[in-house]
Amino acid sequence: MDAPLVLGIETSCDETGIGIVRGRQLLSNTIASSMDEHARYGGVVPEVAARAHLEALQPSIDAALAEAGVTLADLDAVAVTSGPGLAGALMVGVGAAKGLAVALDKPLYAVNHLVGHIAADILDAEAGELEYPTVALLVSGGHTSLLLVRDLTSDVELLGETMDDAAGEAFDKVARLLKLPYPGGPEIDRAAADGDPTAIRFPRGLSRASDMASHRYDFSFSGLKTAVARWVEQHEAAGEPVPVADVAASFREAVVDVLVTKALDACARHGVPRLLLGGGVIANKRLRDVALERAAAAGVAVRIPPLRLCTDNGAMIAALAAELISSGRRPSTLAFGADSTLPVTEIQVAEDPDADTPAPRAGTTP
Amino acid sequence: MILGIDTSLGTAVAAIARDGEVLADEQSANPLGHAEVIGDLLRRATVGAPAPTHVAIGMGPGPFTGLRVGIATARVYALGRGIPAVPVPSHDGIALGRLLSDALTGTDTGRFAVVTDARRKEFAYSIYEGLDDDGLPVRVSDAQLTPRDDLDARLDDAGARRYEATTVSAAMIALAAARALDAGRTLAGSEPLYLRSPDVVAAHAPKRVS
Ligand SMILES: [Zn+2]
Repeated sequence: MDAPLVLGIETSCDETGIGIVRGRQLLSNTIASSMDEHARYGGVVPEVAARAHLEALQPSIDAALAEAGVTLADLDAVAVTSGPGLAGALMVGVGAAKGLAVALDKPLYAVNHLVGHIAADILDAEAGELEYPTVALLVSGGHTSLLLVRDLTSDVELLGETMDDAAGEAFDKVARLLKLPYPGGPEIDRAAADGDPTAIRFPRGLSRASDMASHRYDFSFSGLKTAVARWVEQHEAAGEPVPVADVAASFREAVVDVLVTKALDACARHGVPRLLLGGGVIANKRLRDVALERAAAAGVAVRIPPLRLCTDNGAMIAALAAELISSGRRPSTLAFGADSTLPVTEIQVAEDPDADTPAPRAGTTP
Repeated sequence: MILGIDTSLGTAVAAIARDGEVLADEQSANPLGHAEVIGDLLRRATVGAPAPTHVAIGMGPGPFTGLRVGIATARVYALGRGIPAVPVPSHDGIALGRLLSDALTGTDTGRFAVVTDARRKEFAYSIYEGLDDDGLPVRVSDAQLTPRDDLDARLDDAGARRYEATTVSAAMIALAAARALDAGRTLAGSEPLYLRSPDVVAAHAPKRVS
């Protein structure tokens, strides 16, 4: 068939993402964020996010169709994030996707959010073909995962992930400690601009020799957060002003260092000279700069999708489904649910053994 | 055909003809698992039925997570078919079912309260009395929450008998919508009947660690 026209629905966290792709061509990446509603709580509130998804769905679908210049009847398939993510938020998208697929009588693909982040890369028309295998580092407010990708549609292995906070959460929590607003990432960055990243040696979680056996590629940021809190409290108790710029820069350096070190270690140990970065925290310029610099020194090629495709979005979900369709995968049944802890090895959920692969669109075959 | 969808208590999907004849009535016995079952119920309810002209949506009250699944499915189904969605308070559907079944047996229902579980030691209830000329239940008071222990005293004051429900008929949601459409009336706004704000507090100062 021609490159399939797919609409993707993503509601795993606080962004309602509706994306439309034709194969690897991006037609719309419409995102409605409820971030402002979470700001006064200092973090994503699941119930607030779920309510916002419900309200944003229809207008976002309408906007995406208008931007893409297609109608619902043109679609070849519908795609949706089944997990991982916030259960109540995911369920809104799952319900919507099922409603749409049944209304249009089109195949539905339920896919993995994390693998979607990798699929974002193939929508980058400027970049060359994604080569395999590649190590992927996905960093956001909801996840911090290191993956080995041998094939986007069939073989993704989890090397490690965070044992406690996601990196983005650590930025939010440390921002609060420093009395900076939410979301913490850009605020820490701003505060760190004039700071000395070597001023304070904060701990690198799970980086000791004794951690290498069982947590070589895992992350932990809660100890780092506590170390920052303790450092700040000690200064306040001594009546000294807290050097916010130095604390922010040193904290950020600790996060960036551990992310890049573990990612490049994975590249070296698996003999993979390719590293793909994804997730909203990739917007952090210091992380990108350090990754590019140290990867270059290690002979590793780095790929970074455009930032609008790095944050959570529906286009990456549609792109992953389009790849699944092109590789001959059958659609999902209608019986899947939201899986907040979906493992990354489950790239597609509930593939229906009795279904046909999507048929060519009427008028496209002789 | 009018399609009815309600996930305020369990998951229910029905198709009725505009005159009220029930064409399909699908429901899941599982009080949870809304997202898992709604697609198959929807397909079964619509596959043999004529094309729907409207989608009636039970807007709650009900446990939020499940309630939203039905509303999301129904709204986007309506979008996909290019037909309007008709919001219906879920308690209206329960009351309509009660009043119609009492009418069949010649029972005088009197004033009664539809009572459903609202979790957190609370009930949601709405008070009704009889059917009006449009064949719709007369809602004496809109859905509200009460601590469970206070319910009976409140219903005594209102002179309403307690009618507890653990399921909602999607066919009754669709029938209420059909009668409202015939009468040119609106039964509910487009917002879910949450009755409760998100359970969160604004961020406070971080806890000390040393
Ligand atoms: Zn994500």
